[in-house]
Amino acid sequence: MDVKDIIKEENLAYKKTKVLTDNEMHYCPGCTHGVVHKAIAEVIEEKDIQEKTIGISPVGCSVLAYNYIDIDWQEAAHGRAPALATAVSRLMPEKYVFTYQGDGDLASIGSAEILHACNRGENIMVIFINNGIYGMTGGQMAPTTLPGMPTSTSPYGRDVKLAGNPLKMTEIVAQLPGTTFVARHSAETAGAVRKLKKAIRKAFDNIDEKKGTSFIEVVSTCSSGWKLQPDASNKWMKENMFPFYELGVLKDE
Amino acid sequence: MVVLQAESEVAAANMLYGGAACGKKVMTSSSSPGVSLKMEAISYIAGAELPALVVNVVRGGPGLGTIQPAQSDYFQATKGGGHGDYHSIVLAPNSVQEMADFVELGFDLAFKYKNPSMILSDGMIGQMMEKVELKDFKPRLTEQEIIEKYGDWATTGKTADRERNVTTSLELQSELQEQFNIKLQKKYRELEANEVRFETAFVDDAEYLFVAYGSSSRICMKAVEIAREKGIKVGLLRPITLYPFPKKELNQLADQVKGMLSVEMSAGQMVEDVMLSVESKVPVEHFGRFGGIIPSPDEIVKALEEKIIKG
Ligand SMILES: Cc1ncc(C[n+]2csc(CCOP(=O)(O)OP(=O)(O)O)c2C)c(N)n1
Ligand SMILES: [Mg+2]
Repeated sequence: MDVKDIIKEENLAYKKTKVLTDNEMHYCPGCTHGVVHKAIAEVIEEKDIQEKTIGISPVGCSVLAYNYIDIDWQEAAHGRAPALATAVSRLMPEKYVFTYQGDGDLASIGSAEILHACNRGENIMVIFINNGIYGMTGGQMAPTTLPGMPTSTSPYGRDVKLAGNPLKMTEIVAQLPGTTFVARHSAETAGAVRKLKKAIRKAFDNIDEKKGTSFIEVVSTCSSGWKLQPDASNKWMKENMFPFYELGVLKDE
Repeated sequence: MVVLQAESEVAAANMLYGGAACGKKVMTSSSSPGVSLKMEAISYIAGAELPALVVNVVRGGPGLGTIQPAQSDYFQATKGGGHGDYHSIVLAPNSVQEMADFVELGFDLAFKYKNPSMILSDGMIGQMMEKVELKDFKPRLTEQEIIEKYGDWATTGKTADRERNVTTSLELQSELQEQFNIKLQKKYRELEANEVRFETAFVDDAEYLFVAYGSSSRICMKAVEIAREKGIKVGLLRPITLYPFPKKELNQLADQVKGMLSVEMSAGQMVEDVMLSVESKVPVEHFGRFGGIIPSPDEIVKALEEKIIKG
């Protein structure tokens, strides 16, 4: 059999969704961002809502998310994506609006905007990429950095006496009546990605039903920032992040 | 109409940014300390080239300052205010009528130039009661009309017939960022050439000139009357657009008058633009009360006599 006989439409086992562009991603090997982008793009295609979806990208490594998912995008100031999403969703209630934010963006500089958007129950989806550090700027300590976790600004590990304890944003927003669906996922295995996609689908369905804010944390790795190989990062995440940031659905109303 | 009370001025202005990117007519208002917080988003709106309207009813500062009227945010309003090389289009009403009229004008200019507009008012105009004639209600443009009139840039959802619309102020490649800044500067030169608005009174025979905007211009009209009763031939130029500033007109008037007094409820901010416009042809001085104090017409006439005429 010739290669030509194998590379045929009917033999195709996997196809990149059209909602992802052909642009080469700038993410480091092993980065979680690209995997989550793909999950979102696939759900957008499956739900056939490309024409009605508007993404708000953050400041952080995923600032250029608009280069990869082929929908209309707004690029926000650091932490302010939920404020932009509030306006977009209220001005165009028939659209699917989501923010995509890192942990520095959402849990630190943007803590006020996310809390109030969730509290108002804005009809949006929030994707919260928690890699425990400020990835883009060189791996500084974030509000989510684990106690004792070394970062470039806490080289001896996070000292909670000095820097406070990590903020569990997902637990906090789950308490707010404005949120309808709050879950913590990961994306390091095919199984995990499948579960994540299910959550994203649910979040978009919630927008259909005008149920309020859906908030999905994705516990993530940052190989470059953590200074570990991708596989070692996944291992470190499972051993250290998962016990602290427990995966699962916190709220589903 | 969608109205929302935001949790902070930071959020309000960033909502403005999001709404502007949808091609909607969006406005936000506050007084000085709140407008400082809005500066982040205003810079992004300028950088993303989006239309929006901000109203600042100025109070005295710095810091928490006072809640009384002032004009001490002139620098912030006209020189950018947030980070980066940009300008808002700044309109300075001096009546309640203009407070109403400039909303439409502000939006028209904002859409025409895809740039933030600001109405720079003060605590006196902002709290005054006057007769207002409201113009006929104009229905807002549909999404299709906006596309036809202003271009297809709004993030309303990527349809199959076009590329995705992305509103961003980010360009990491310095060469391209410089090109973008050159484009912005071109827009500002266009504004300076085409959108300067001002008003004059008693300038035909004037030997001296008051330059004043907003509340101060109303007080200066009385000062002109008092001065003229005393035989001092003084006129008034009132900039209506503070950015773009009526540079050319002031420069021409400098060939006629013997001196100019910039009257502001600040420690002297607009006076710098008056000086730059006049190019040292005649003496330019500043007179102001600040911290929430409103100057009296008599004080202004006295300042003209002491700082310019005796000068
Ligand atoms: C107001 C402001 N402060 C700081 C920065 C610099 N900055 C850029 S990215 C970033 C960190 C983002 O970290 P995170 O949200 O965790 O995203 P990650 O890169 O880890 O995905 C910071 C602080 C900025 N752009 N704007
Ligand atoms: Mg991070």
